[in-house]
Amino acid sequence: MPITMPTTKTRMAALVAATALASMSVAGTAMADDDTTSACLITKTETNPFFVKMREGASAKAEELGMELKSFAGRIDGDHKTQVQAIETCIADGADGILLTASDTSAIVSAVQQARDAGILVIALDTPLDPIDAADATFATDNFKAGELIGTWAASRLGDDADDARIGLLNVNVSQPAVGVLRNQGFLQGFGIDLGDPKKWGDETDPRIVGQDTSDGNEEGGREGMENLLVEDPMIDVVYTINEPAAAGAYQALKAMGRENEVMIVSVDGSCSGVANVRDGVIGATAQQYPLRMASLGIEAIKTWADEGIKPEPTPGKDFFDTGVSLVTDQPVDDVDSISSAEGMERCWG
Amino acid sequence: MAKPEVTRQESNAARIDASEAVAEFQPHRTGLAYRLQHALHMNPALVPMIVLLLSILLFGALLGSKFFSPFALTLILQQVQIVGIVAAAQSLIILTAGIDLSVGAIMVISSVVMGQFTFRYGIPAPVSILAGLMCGMFCGWVSGMLVSKVKLPPFIVTLGMWQIVLAANFLYSANETIRAQDIETHAPLLQLFGEKFNIGGAVFTVGVVFMVALVLVLTYALRHTAWGRHVYAVGDDKEAAALSGVKTDRVIISVYMLSGLICAFAGWALIGRIGSVSPTAGQLTNIESITAVVIGGISLFGGRGSILGSLFGALIVGVFTLGLRLLGADAQWTYLLIGVLIIGAVAVDQWIRKVSV
Amino acid sequence: MQAQAPILQAKNLVKRYGRVTAIDHCDFELYPGEILAVIGDNGAGKSSLIKALSGAITPDEGEVYLDDQRVKFSSPLDAREQGIETVYQQLAMSPALSIADNMFMGREIRKPGIMGKWFRQLDRPAMERLAREKLSELGLMTIQNIRQAIETLSGGQRQGVAVARAAAFGSKVIILDEPTAALGVKESRRVLDLILEVRSRGIPIVLISHNMPHVFEVADRIHIHRLGKRLCVIRPEDCTMNDAVALMTGAKDPSQLAEAS
Repeated sequence: MPITMPTTKTRMAALVAATALASMSVAGTAMADDDTTSACLITKTETNPFFVKMREGASAKAEELGMELKSFAGRIDGDHKTQVQAIETCIADGADGILLTASDTSAIVSAVQQARDAGILVIALDTPLDPIDAADATFATDNFKAGELIGTWAASRLGDDADDARIGLLNVNVSQPAVGVLRNQGFLQGFGIDLGDPKKWGDETDPRIVGQDTSDGNEEGGREGMENLLVEDPMIDVVYTINEPAAAGAYQALKAMGRENEVMIVSVDGSCSGVANVRDGVIGATAQQYPLRMASLGIEAIKTWADEGIKPEPTPGKDFFDTGVSLVTDQPVDDVDSISSAEGMERCWG
Repeated sequence: MAKPEVTRQESNAARIDASEAVAEFQPHRTGLAYRLQHALHMNPALVPMIVLLLSILLFGALLGSKFFSPFALTLILQQVQIVGIVAAAQSLIILTAGIDLSVGAIMVISSVVMGQFTFRYGIPAPVSILAGLMCGMFCGWVSGMLVSKVKLPPFIVTLGMWQIVLAANFLYSANETIRAQDIETHAPLLQLFGEKFNIGGAVFTVGVVFMVALVLVLTYALRHTAWGRHVYAVGDDKEAAALSGVKTDRVIISVYMLSGLICAFAGWALIGRIGSVSPTAGQLTNIESITAVVIGGISLFGGRGSILGSLFGALIVGVFTLGLRLLGADAQWTYLLIGVLIIGAVAVDQWIRKVSV
Repeated sequence: MQAQAPILQAKNLVKRYGRVTAIDHCDFELYPGEILAVIGDNGAGKSSLIKALSGAITPDEGEVYLDDQRVKFSSPLDAREQGIETVYQQLAMSPALSIADNMFMGREIRKPGIMGKWFRQLDRPAMERLAREKLSELGLMTIQNIRQAIETLSGGQRQGVAVARAAAFGSKVIILDEPTAALGVKESRRVLDLILEVRSRGIPIVLISHNMPHVFEVADRIHIHRLGKRLCVIRPEDCTMNDAVALMTGAKDPSQLAEAS
């Protein structure tokens, strides 16, 4: 899950967005013939590199399988209306399957149901719907596990010092979206901190947690959030960040205080620039996810559905299909498997 | 001067009345409220300044040294520098009774041009920076031409420019972030505004100094040059200004170009602040800058207010954000209070205008 | 009758808007040192005539002479540069700015030396001193606070500042458009005195007004405008207000009166 838009500020944004034009891009030819399998890819935005990768994966696979692919995207993260319109377009177009990263995971459910009623296979990519079984299948990163990997790594790196760690957490925003909660709680569990309610952050009582702040998942927010945490406690030495832009912002704040070499930053995503930051020592470790694989597996699943009428099965023991996550670090520890930044670079968002 | 047909007594009476009517400029009403109203009329930055001081004192009393430390107070300056610089640009536009929704987009595309010119084409950083500044000024020129010559409403022009510039930004940058580490090794000049130095224990950055200097220079230009007076006159009543001999089109174009240039400087400062060049940064800067300007007491109807006010406005938002954060309040309280401040500021503006009645 | 040549003269002006002829072969003369009132019914075209003289519109035909020189104005600024100052009904002032700022709007004075040349700093003290001088010359003193915003002044005071501004810059002709229309009795009185004061300083005035008592009180001659052209020019001492109104509305013919000029 790429986290970009500040939802705490969505009210302000909505004011502006009300006037913003909805954008929709259609790739490929206009109408689906009956003998070609056709698929729709609907992403939150078309500018975020995560979705760019996703689209690359989907169109490469569609071309390989001789399928037709139409791509749609909201103008900004949270642009629910455009996504509903896209689903309606796909139904009218007689698509065989839809790959969807939903902006509003519960509101989109009725539109998804319409599509499923029309015999379309709907696969949620990256972001599970609410409820998760509203889609035929979900291809996503196990975000809790992603958090757990970096948490375990951080604790192992610190060794005995982990008992005196001063941890700051930079989440996405105060609305506590599911993905953000999973990563945060996964990290804390991996670090060895007792969770309160695993469905929310901020209810832990462990004194090692100095504070939690928001980053909006971008550089500006990351820097500001880190600065706020540093006012609370200038001696923070472990920083969890929701994603790599937030980590880069946090690093700038630490650098401004001259503490960039004393603080361990961990993150989630595995984007190419994020992995480069691991290589350069900005980020200690990051959990890498694979949007391109999500999309290409999704396209394959639609092909199977169209040809044989078989729906994809979830990963055993989970209610979704786990597309995998790897820990990327150049300082491996014994307790957890990892790949080097060089390897991560080759696979970044593959 | 009295006409012969008026009797002597009447003439005297008329003279006394006349001297009262024309020459008497003493306040005809007194009392604290009136004097306050009058003071605010003369000095529109007074309200935000008082609010700023009160809020600093309030949070200082509640939080003690955590808030009253040089670190926390200079941190607020650093956190508001981008919005503060853009608010200066926004103030100029709003003083001409316009509004600019494209300020954030211009800021970002300018920073992207600076970054991409350096890293994609290998152009020396000073030249790239100059190109970025020119890019911002060009965007402003386009808006200015459309507003003045084509006579389109500023809201529409900048709504369009916002979309155009933002889309151009994403298309041109392919949404690629240029990492801080690369900039640091190859073109540290891009991060100039992030350079910090120490004055008596407090840490300032070049960006913060630039913001304050910019506001002072603009305050001077607006108060003490003919151009500044013309900006106010155009915003106050464009027709009247034109009839008085002000070349209104030229004033408007100059304001939009200057505003674009300032936004480009904000783009440069943004690189210093976040270290990297990110095409997705600054998405809400337009609303944040308008908020600062309104809280700063500049009238959205144009022609009233001082640019110092918008700096105070930006700082008020910064103080509230950090103060409430340190109090452990839900971030939504910050937005709620900012909303109250906006409405309060506009109400005060309306009240001040009544001084003319 | 007039010994001198007219300072401002128009010959055979025509202005058409589509099928409507707003100015129909109209003549106009203003002589040095006089107050010429222009009266006419609504729609008679007097404001079109004034606009043609002040550069706000360009006539289709005809010529305008200023000091015997043929002039062509493409904008009010043009006319102003040549010495024709117009005080518009809406006064053309910026309410939020000070009296001094308004008086010097568009022709500010800069500080001498480096501050003025390089930093373009205004010479506030000089501007305020001059503004105060100009106001007191016209008997608009004792203004205490020349920095006071225009919007804090009464209607008459504003009119006073506007007239002072027009008179301050060495103008040859001042055109006043309905200067007393929005004012009460006392304030009107004050503005009429001001008009006489300006004339006494040798500046001729064109006064457009609907108010017959005001016109008859201050005007030296009255230009009666009807159906897009000059019907006749009368002298206030030669006829009554009723005559003037009758002429304006077409109830009387100029031949029924003794010609004024």
